[in-house]
Amino acid sequence: MSEPGGSPPSEPGEPVTSGPGEPAEGGPGEPLLAVRGLRVWYGTGGDPVRAVDGVSFEIGAGETVGLVGESGCGKSTLGRGVLGLLPDNATAAGEVRYRGRDLVGLSRRELRDLRGPEIGLIFQEPMTRLDPLHTIADHFRETLRIHEPELGDEETRKRSLETLARMGIPPTRFRQYPHEFSGGMRQRIMIALALVLRPSLLIADEPTTALDVIVEAQILQILADLRENFDTGLLLITHNLGIVAEACDRVAVMYAGQIVEEGEARRVFSEPAHPYTRALLRSTISLRTTGLHYIAGAPPNLIDPPPACRFHPRCPDAMAVCRERDPIEVSLAADQRVSCWLHGPEDEIPPQGAEPLERTEIAIAEEA
Amino acid sequence: MNAHGTSLRRYALTRVALAIPTVLILLTMVFLLMRVAPGDPIQSALGGRLSQQELDQRRAAAGFDKPILEQYVEYIGDVFTLDLGTTLTDNRTVTSIIVDNGTATLELTVTAFLITLVVGISVGLLAGRYRDTPIDLGGRLFGIIIYAAPVFFLGFLAQLLFGSVLGWLPTSGRASPVVNFELDTVTHFYLIDSLITGNFSAFWDCVQHLILPAVTLGLVISGVLIRLVRVNLLQTMKGDYVEAARARGVPERRIVLHHAFRNAMVPVVTVAGLQFAILLGGAVLTEQTFNWPGIGSELIRYLDERDYIAVQGIITIFALAVVIISLLIDMVTAFIDPRVRY
Repeated sequence: MSEPGGSPPSEPGEPVTSGPGEPAEGGPGEPLLAVRGLRVWYGTGGDPVRAVDGVSFEIGAGETVGLVGESGCGKSTLGRGVLGLLPDNATAAGEVRYRGRDLVGLSRRELRDLRGPEIGLIFQEPMTRLDPLHTIADHFRETLRIHEPELGDEETRKRSLETLARMGIPPTRFRQYPHEFSGGMRQRIMIALALVLRPSLLIADEPTTALDVIVEAQILQILADLRENFDTGLLLITHNLGIVAEACDRVAVMYAGQIVEEGEARRVFSEPAHPYTRALLRSTISLRTTGLHYIAGAPPNLIDPPPACRFHPRCPDAMAVCRERDPIEVSLAADQRVSCWLHGPEDEIPPQGAEPLERTEIAIAEEA
Repeated sequence: MNAHGTSLRRYALTRVALAIPTVLILLTMVFLLMRVAPGDPIQSALGGRLSQQELDQRRAAAGFDKPILEQYVEYIGDVFTLDLGTTLTDNRTVTSIIVDNGTATLELTVTAFLITLVVGISVGLLAGRYRDTPIDLGGRLFGIIIYAAPVFFLGFLAQLLFGSVLGWLPTSGRASPVVNFELDTVTHFYLIDSLITGNFSAFWDCVQHLILPAVTLGLVISGVLIRLVRVNLLQTMKGDYVEAARARGVPERRIVLHHAFRNAMVPVVTVAGLQFAILLGGAVLTEQTFNWPGIGSELIRYLDERDYIAVQGIITIFALAVVIISLLIDMVTAFIDPRVRY
């Protein structure tokens, strides 16, 4: 329960971002989920780890948003931060508005009532997410009794079996234990367990990473059906860009605790604005790949990230200003927004700021 | 629950079947160990006190004059008919040792074990649940100190305080002499006997006699359990399924008791069961301290007197008890954890 070194973040470090066409507060036009300036810091005794540092994005009903980035960029922390599902040593600040209600200040109890029936969470590794000592039936009974106690035993059973059947789990296996299922089946059970409560928003944290491609396709199909049939909003955390291109309406690219580019998935993929996005896309392997590309270096240590633009030590297009000033978010055409000095604003760049950053400095930063 | 029921039953039956060869191997080892010791059992137990002719008679009566293989077959047969012979030194049947002293030990150890379970699990659970709080610190400290304290030392302190200074509880024996004399023995468990014969003053007397030794022994053993339960709970609280349950909005209390605690108990059951097995033989110190007429004290006495038949009989009983306890451990583990069932 140690406080992170320094005071908890109270105001966002970067200017409060305003998404294009920002809807009015609480009105009917408000998106399902609106995150503004969210920060999640982990206290580790010394300086805090700024896992999520001033992140803003929105998800509308029935919309699928992909969240991509390398490992260690704070994607999973962001997903859990929305639900308030953070360890004791984490501090969250900023705003997470779900249907107009700010979740950051909610009590444990209020958050608990929300988890499941409103916002569901699917995890990366299905093998260990079910309690090995309880049958599948026990898991469903527990979940439904907590959130919908008015359902009778028969109704609970019916709902559970229906949801499982939709995921392709036959009713004959309802009374079996988790160890009697394969990984893909367990992930479908986990999804069914989230869906049985009919949440309006689903956060899927790399739901297919641990599974083979056939099962991956099944799971993605399930998630796509969900959106069509129930208008469920979906935050799909992944580092598989192929999945994003296929399944997502919009995509947010995260680097070192911040969202560096966001926009319509097709647009971001066809015309990536941020050098990091470009580098990520170049690193993707496909049938036409002739050589392997990778981004030199690794995501920075989030205790003491590089000053100003956090990507500048690894950026091929880095300019002098990138090391001096935080980038300002710029809206491009078609709902695309990017935080990179390459896109201006011109009048904020100081004289000589547009000079390329000297190569030697880049090399040194890479090693660090 | 159908699949659940049959696989558990099949598991239980298999375990019981597998216990039979275990018992045979154990009995063979007991038999061999008793014969490996040099010298003639009758000579060493009774030599010098009886004439050579009488010694030969005793030797024939005990069967020591027969070939070793024949003795072995006889021994195994005796075990299965529960007739373990008559002691060399005081002409008691081994069966009567078990009935009189074995029940005293069992009464003491079962009560002590219940205290161990209650104290060990509840303190361990609280310490693990409220990690790094004063509750945790107190629980851990209690566990370490109680574990490090020798049982006779703790016993003396308890006798001094509750017996001599405060005068609340008797410090020695299984019951007052009058009760010992008057009580109708049916099961030879005094608590049960006094209850079924409706002798409530005797029951109260026995309870009073049981408190100090049982609590002393129970607390000493609980130290291990406190640490084990705490560490396992801390481990399971970090489990993926615990986080997943939180993400489904399961209340924390239910997460701790239904998910983390149950999973933490799987390894605890094994250790607790083995502790109980050790308790049966290891209660000797407590029995000596509180002058409890248990089987451990008898074993030591017969060892001193080199009474081979008595020692062999008592050790056989211990061996059987260990097999039964490990069978019970398997059953409880399988009941809790479906993964170990067939």
